Amino acid sequence: MALHPILAALRKHKSGVVLISMQIALTLAIVCNAIFIIGQRIDRVNRLTGLDEGNLFLVTQQWVGAPSGDDPAGVEKLDSMQKEDLVALRTLPDVASVASINSLPLLNSSSNGEISLKPGATESKGNTRTTFYFGDEQMLSTLGLRLIAGRAFNTGDIQHHSFRDQTEPSIVIVTKPIADKLFPQGSAVGKVMYLDGGTTPTTIIGVVERLQVPGSGSWTNNFAYNATLEPTRIDHNYARYVVRAKPGRLEAAMRAIPPTLYKVNPLRVLDDDSVKSFADIRASAYRADIGMAILMGVVCLILLGVTAAGIVGLTSFWVGQRHRQIGVRRALGARKIDILHYFQIENLMIAGIGAVIGVLLALGLNAWLMQHFEMDRIPLAYVLVGLVALVILGQVAVFVPARRASNVSPVEATRAA
Amino acid sequence: MFAYYLELALRSLMRNRALTALMVLAIALGIGASMTTLTVLHVLSGDPLPERSNTLYYPQVDPRDSAGHDSDKEPMEQVSWTDGKNLLQAKRANRQALMTGGTVAVQPTQSALDPFYEDARFTTADFFPMFGVLFQYGHGWNAADDDSSARLVVISSALNDKLFGGKDSTGQMLRLEGTALRIVGVLGDWRPNPHFYDLNVTNYAESEGVYMPLSTSQDLQLVHDGSVDCWGNGGAGQRPDHSGTCVWLQFWVQLDNPAQAAVYKEFLVHYSQEQKALGRFQRPPNVRLRNLMGWLDYNMVVPGDVRLQVWLAFGFLLVCLVNTVGLMLAKFMRRAGELGVRRALGASRRALFGQLLVEAGVIGLSGGIGGLLLAFLGLWLVRQQPTSYAALAHLDPWMLLTTFLLALGASLLAGLLPAWRACQITPALQLKSN
Repeated sequence: MALHPILAALRKHKSGVVLISMQIALTLAIVCNAIFIIGQRIDRVNRLTGLDEGNLFLVTQQWVGAPSGDDPAGVEKLDSMQKEDLVALRTLPDVASVASINSLPLLNSSSNGEISLKPGATESKGNTRTTFYFGDEQMLSTLGLRLIAGRAFNTGDIQHHSFRDQTEPSIVIVTKPIADKLFPQGSAVGKVMYLDGGTTPTTIIGVVERLQVPGSGSWTNNFAYNATLEPTRIDHNYARYVVRAKPGRLEAAMRAIPPTLYKVNPLRVLDDDSVKSFADIRASAYRADIGMAILMGVVCLILLGVTAAGIVGLTSFWVGQRHRQIGVRRALGARKIDILHYFQIENLMIAGIGAVIGVLLALGLNAWLMQHFEMDRIPLAYVLVGLVALVILGQVAVFVPARRASNVSPVEATRAA
Repeated sequence: MFAYYLELALRSLMRNRALTALMVLAIALGIGASMTTLTVLHVLSGDPLPERSNTLYYPQVDPRDSAGHDSDKEPMEQVSWTDGKNLLQAKRANRQALMTGGTVAVQPTQSALDPFYEDARFTTADFFPMFGVLFQYGHGWNAADDDSSARLVVISSALNDKLFGGKDSTGQMLRLEGTALRIVGVLGDWRPNPHFYDLNVTNYAESEGVYMPLSTSQDLQLVHDGSVDCWGNGGAGQRPDHSGTCVWLQFWVQLDNPAQAAVYKEFLVHYSQEQKALGRFQRPPNVRLRNLMGWLDYNMVVPGDVRLQVWLAFGFLLVCLVNTVGLMLAKFMRRAGELGVRRALGASRRALFGQLLVEAGVIGLSGGIGGLLLAFLGLWLVRQQPTSYAALAHLDPWMLLTTFLLALGASLLAGLLPAWRACQITPALQLKSN
């Protein structure tokens, strides 16, 4: 079919054509970027923590009137209170294992620092950032971490000290990203490093495959899996215990915790949040991301709906306006399918122009977003898929009015408008 | 004349119901989304203390060692115990308060209540007069109470309701962490948003239940809650909090005019030089003195997602408007014949233009009302979210007015081009072609 008549007709509807292609362009720009944001959020939410998350829960509790931990006697007293709790929890029938721990991935309560291969390196340049997990000999098995080299902690390794005491440990376990970064050649096990610019050497005794840091914000992006595990029970007037329930017994195990702890020592605070399943911790860490993704999704759907409705509305008007001309063409021998194709090709051209402008707008919008928000460069694939999607949307939207146009009877030619 | 135009407009709108509905719905969706996000932004970027914010300043000094020094770096965001104490005792501002956050376990005397956690603010006495804190019962404490580490507390009205059924509880004792403290005051409805004086603890909607002298909290060794940032060998020793290489306190001052602020900034520079001479500071003086709103801006307290949502909503509104312009244009051009007749019968271009704008205005007004309903729905949805600011998302009269102006303005703007184009029609040509 010759394009000339279509172009000639479009010239008569300049403002309409400009408006509809502008709408398509804007829709494409917004939808592409919104879908890219949705994709980014979903990637974030789907990151693995390295834990075996099912059946896992966390107990956070605080003693009332406990010693402060500022003197050695207080530290010993706090440590024995903590050990009493651990023993009581480990004997519960629905509990598989329990470990003392300072934090968990996605909990957003963290102790972070730096690792260096040289002693006393306070310059942060060249150091490796890490988060520190403090826990006892059951930490690895309770969390379900996969040990890929060396050994786990045993009972004899476990130290204990107060929250504020920053004595460097003599042995640690690190995650694979740290081992690979510090010792690109060969195994990290048995190697020595220095923590937080200190001068006490620390030996790596094991490497775990993966463990995420507690922070889930974007500030942790450059060290999201750099974790160092220390064989230390932290003694403070509050304590955290990570518990693995026996398969299928999560709820029963969680219910049994408060009465058990109160029985050991009633002078403590346990509130609604004190016993929290890891599924809940995950949900609250990513709530904002999921909310944003849903919002973006809804906006995209409505935008596409509005644009499609706009195309239907405008094309319907054009069909109505050209009733007589269509009739004339039909009377001169054009088939129904020719009329249908006419409107489809017209729409293809308008949507095509709009979509090409939209691609440029989408890239521009992405550049602007990168400047003002935490955004990455949008992959071209997203934009091209968006282009194709909008052209298809245009074709779907135009089909009904175009069909109506093709059903105009040749008799119309003889009627006055 | 206006009534007649209105009648014409309604008649024309009724003729194409589906199209009218589409235009109204598009405007309503755009306005609803914009107003919902704009209201959230408006609430979150508000001034927590409108009458006082321009006299409140947040001094920052840089006590770090020279390791990792970089000349354009910002100073630390909080102060250490030593610097806080020094600046407090210098008394160079009209009022000054040194504070930090904490968590305390409250042991109710009523047996029906289990012990529970409560957020606490450990502060010096000027906190109350400086921030204009409202009291329901009693009052704050004074500098002498700070010096003597008096065992007293001020509690929030929410905690007072929980423990004492809202009755005047001043003079009663409150047991915290095994120690009894005398209640001297109960706060009234005072809940500044954002929680400007300590952004580490919470940003919005939450305030502490317990307020007590900073010295008392240190005496009782209560748990600190908030950000602790250490440098050098920070953290070593039994009480690193007081040893000087960690910052964990907030220091606020009241300076009544810019001249005083300039003098105070000079003082901070002198203080830094003096500390450097003493060997405590190692970097050249690096100070900041931001006022309250400047401090909130610097901390980018409004979440990035909220700002992104506002832009998204306005982009959405733009598409809806373009959509409406397109449809209105098509519609007005379709009526060229009718408009031609009116022109031929003597209606001026201006009259025709007015008539079409009234029609656009009717669409805009309906869209605005629809948008307002959608904004109420949107804000209700926001309030169901578990974010800290959810409870604050309400439409105030100011935003209500903005919604209507936005809707009306947007649709008139959308009607402008189509109406103008339609008025360019030559009546003779239209009549002939018919």
